[in-house]
Amino acid sequence: MNSQPAALDAPPSVATRAPAHGGLIRLQGVGVAFGAVQALQGVDLRIEAGERLALIGANGSGKSTLLRVLNGLLEPGCGTLLRDAASRQAMVFQRPYMLRTSSLNNVALALWLRGVRWREAREQALAALARVGLAELALRSARTLSGGQQQRLALARAWALQPQVLFLDEPTASLDPHAKREVEALMASFAQAGMTLVFASHNLGQVKRLASRVVYLEQGLIRADAPVEQFFDRSRLAGLSPEADLFVKGESA
Amino acid sequence: MGSFSESLALALHLVLAPDPTLASIVFRSLGISATACAIACALGLLLGAWIGAARIRGRGAVLALLNTALAVPSVVVGLVVYLLLSRSGPLGWLGWLYSFPAMVLAQSILVLPVAAALTRQVVEDVDQQHGEQLASMGAGSLLRSLLIAWDERYALLMVVIACFGRAISEVGAVMIVGGNIDGFTRVMTTAIALETSKGDLPLALGLGIVLLSVVLVLNALVVVLRRWRLGRSEGPAMVPSAGISG
Repeated sequence: MNSQPAALDAPPSVATRAPAHGGLIRLQGVGVAFGAVQALQGVDLRIEAGERLALIGANGSGKSTLLRVLNGLLEPGCGTLLRDAASRQAMVFQRPYMLRTSSLNNVALALWLRGVRWREAREQALAALARVGLAELALRSARTLSGGQQQRLALARAWALQPQVLFLDEPTASLDPHAKREVEALMASFAQAGMTLVFASHNLGQVKRLASRVVYLEQGLIRADAPVEQFFDRSRLAGLSPEADLFVKGESA
Repeated sequence: MGSFSESLALALHLVLAPDPTLASIVFRSLGISATACAIACALGLLLGAWIGAARIRGRGAVLALLNTALAVPSVVVGLVVYLLLSRSGPLGWLGWLYSFPAMVLAQSILVLPVAAALTRQVVEDVDQQHGEQLASMGAGSLLRSLLIAWDERYALLMVVIACFGRAISEVGAVMIVGGNIDGFTRVMTTAIALETSKGDLPLALGLGIVLLSVVLVLNALVVVLRRWRLGRSEGPAMVPSAGISG
């Protein structure tokens, strides 16, 4: 939040209109710098409706920065971001922040912040909690839930907003295997319901299970962008991107 | 040594036996400091929360000024308020000098930076860690600051207690703007100073014991609140060190 990207050569442009050539969101030549560190460089990316896009790469490769740019939390230093003004977005973080109140109120608050009246927000929040299997814990203090439950609550908060695009920043990174499976199942069901998912992950198994397309980032550059089957086909990946091939080899070892 | 033990015995007698003079001084002190604390906290908590979450131009300068204000001596505050309220001052028409409102005003000004600075720190710590999650839900800086302040209400309660401790234990400002008038603007700290200079050590010691007791109770309250809060919450403690000193 406090790091402002430095202005680069070209002035940034953030437009809230539908991208001219289709797609939900389009980035053209986007760059972000934090002081001397170039977090993203010349990123061109188009996200289509209904996609399940996985962002992979080593720590510091620019995955989280890219997610924040896509969600509008971070303004690019240069380049163009085009997105439909009418499209709704939500984001789930690795460690969700829950206010010191009930689970129900935490979800209702997200709706209230989007202009829904409090009474209706609470009704919709209850439905969202039921969607992730937390209806029984609606009145429990959100801070007393387990890590896995809190992440499901974060997914309920996102689901309640009915976003067209859901961004997830390593949503299962700090969860145990059981909670990981529960969160993955919810992500899959959200995708089945037509939601576009864009998620950062270090877990290649999870990427294989959930993604339809994989983008590999290295030092702020997109080194590979391919459908998931093609990305994990080692014979084709080596030709497509030797850097991504090395990364996958290292992660799979 | 003998005089000290005699004075202490008399002081304890004064504190334990109902003494109308002592009681009126104590209640006046509590009333002035509680009112000043309420005013300063109402403004300081809001201001501090907003500064904690807002990313405004010149923020560094604002923080430097706020932190400097923490160290302003109470006599300087008293002097400024005195000049403001004196007959020829800009607020002289209020006719507040040497009155309860003047002492409340002086203590409010003294405590306001404490409330704002401690609140700013609490809110900023949380905002840096989690503010973008609230921002991603659509909360702007003002709403974010209010939500975080409400969420950190237990930590801010300790800020309030620290502010009250600062107000009730100061002597310089209330001495200058209140004038230490017997039965009218005399409070515990000014009475201690006066009685000591007069040589009435038992009354000065008695008042000192009451003042220490009030501060002790407040510090105990801080400890209890902190334990209660840690028992209730699970996140890292964002509690400022709220020890109270004179």
